[in-house]
Amino acid sequence: MNALNSLLDGFGTALTPINLLWAAIGVLLGTAIGVLPGIGPAMAVALLLPVTYGLDPIGAFIMFAGIYYGAMFGGSTTSILLNTPGESAAVVAAMEGNPMAKSGRGAQALAAAAIGHFAGGMVGTILLVALAPTVAELAVDIGAPDYFAIMVLAFIAVTSVLGSSRVRGMASLLIGLTLGLVGLDQMTGQQRLTFGSLQLADGIDVVIVAVGLFAIGEALWVAAHLRRRPPEPIPVGRPWLGRGDVNRTWKSWLRGPFIGFPFGAIPAGGAEIPTFLSYVTEKRLSKHKDEWGKGAIEGVAGPESAASASAAGTLVSMLTLGLPTTAVAAVMLAAFQQYGIQPGPLLFEREPDLVWGLIASLFVGMVLLLALNLPLAPVWAKLLRIPRPYLYAGILFFAAVGAYAVGGEVIDLVILLVIGLIGFGMRRYGLPVLPAVIGVILGPNAEQQLRRALQISDGSVTGLVNTPFAVIVYAVIVLLLAWPLLKKAVTRSRAAA
Amino acid sequence: MTTQTTDIPPVEPGERRSWLKEHSELGVCVLLLALGVLVLTDALTMDVDIAQRGPVGPKTVPVVVGAGLLLIAALLAVDVLRGGRGQAEGGEDIDLSEPADWRTVLLLAGVFLGAAVLIEPLGFPIAGALLFWGAAFALGSRRIDRDPLIAAGLSLVTYTVFNNLLGVPLPGGPLMGVL
Repeated sequence: MNALNSLLDGFGTALTPINLLWAAIGVLLGTAIGVLPGIGPAMAVALLLPVTYGLDPIGAFIMFAGIYYGAMFGGSTTSILLNTPGESAAVVAAMEGNPMAKSGRGAQALAAAAIGHFAGGMVGTILLVALAPTVAELAVDIGAPDYFAIMVLAFIAVTSVLGSSRVRGMASLLIGLTLGLVGLDQMTGQQRLTFGSLQLADGIDVVIVAVGLFAIGEALWVAAHLRRRPPEPIPVGRPWLGRGDVNRTWKSWLRGPFIGFPFGAIPAGGAEIPTFLSYVTEKRLSKHKDEWGKGAIEGVAGPESAASASAAGTLVSMLTLGLPTTAVAAVMLAAFQQYGIQPGPLLFEREPDLVWGLIASLFVGMVLLLALNLPLAPVWAKLLRIPRPYLYAGILFFAAVGAYAVGGEVIDLVILLVIGLIGFGMRRYGLPVLPAVIGVILGPNAEQQLRRALQISDGSVTGLVNTPFAVIVYAVIVLLLAWPLLKKAVTRSRAAA
Repeated sequence: MTTQTTDIPPVEPGERRSWLKEHSELGVCVLLLALGVLVLTDALTMDVDIAQRGPVGPKTVPVVVGAGLLLIAALLAVDVLRGGRGQAEGGEDIDLSEPADWRTVLLLAGVFLGAAVLIEPLGFPIAGALLFWGAAFALGSRRIDRDPLIAAGLSLVTYTVFNNLLGVPLPGGPLMGVL
């Protein structure tokens, strides 16, 4: 049991006082961010990217993972008590959770959600331990063409699976790729899109793009449409579950992860689809069908468990293949790049301390989160009362800190504002932000792998498809691209029949 | 799946303004087009003969990206003219039923730029505090007794955490010189 030994070593790393501290800070911040409206885990990790300049990678990733899981926990609190989900992952939690809170069963809804997250996170992380080393081993000798194929898959998936309009997704991706081109060409030193400026020759730092699009863009967009009267949260007591509730929910908690985990691992939008699928499944299996829509506790337990498990699935793809399937994973990938670490199959060989310390810290974080969320939920709910001017002023403030910390240059703050205004325009006209961020983060890398692959094959395009792995990935891409056409053909033939 | 509307562009010159307002998304196409032209010009004017290593030089990807931008600009324009609309993003604190509040956005951008200019002469603690207070003010907070205190506290704590604990240097400015 090699993975188990490595995991035990990982606990050795994760349980050192300093790393425990980072895990605790991560889950605290994550829960707060999940509860707070207007700020999601991707923005939070982006705002915290500057700590990568001072912190060792293990501590930083333990904290980031804590934020990711913590935000899942906290997000459901907002959904249940306010009926206005902040994170897309928490939309489903509002469907049964909010009616429960309205009918005075808010405490049970919060408990079902928190334990659901715990169960989902645990099962998901166990699956991560079991599967990730195998995936890494299978993929260990992948080369430049395979990497390029994976990145093309990320580009296509993020533009055509997510969001409602492919054209707008592609536009966003191309904006990101363009931003990624600015600077010196990594292979030849050729200046591109620098217009003779020395500042631009260094390229635009990924931190600035991520903070600009996620934080500044969002803050300005909210400022333009700020709700004058924020909704009032429903007051709630300490979460608890009666025996009857536990009997109804334990199966849902255990079913959720097996829906959430696989969807997290593939580029299909993270927790959005699996939470919905889990909701539908629980509804079909429920013995209390009359309660659905009025506050059925299974409808909170299953989807929340699926959401946390999907976070674990996301980590499988990110750590073993370097493939980001959600916005948080994309920003974490940017953090890896800040440290000069390439996530991918070799990560498990080269950085075992980091990987296993990170995975072990997920278990630690989950226990901390359960301890924090069950008794303290009413305290967290108080965060919903924060005056909105402070919240969004704070986001702008920390965005400025982050961008300035990159290089201590005022020009970076100006670039940040410009990118923030681009992010504002994208939100106005329905261009999704994620493809742009993926384009900036993966674009330069994809170009390098492409050129390396073509150098090996001496310019022949067959060099891109000469491995079985790459061929499979391209087949998946073709399927993704052809999917709407196929769907149309199927519905048409059905209509004809 | 963009939301399909069936309105046909009116031809009367008097309604031209409202047509433009209705189709303001075409501005996005123009920007994408301009960006594409920029990327292509930059790529095609590159002098790469010396730098070329391997079959694919530094030009290829920019040319592809530039051409892609032109293509997407055209496709988006077609989509918009056929009635497709990008859906404005919603959120917990967002009320899309009211028109955009441009004054606040401009004020925030101004405060942000002001803080950027002041960060070097005044140092981070002061410029950061002004940024927070100014932004909160722009967003409608008028608590003169509380806002500046929160701003100063947040700015000082952040400065200490980054500068002293995380080892990310921020300029202290004259204030930190005195303390």
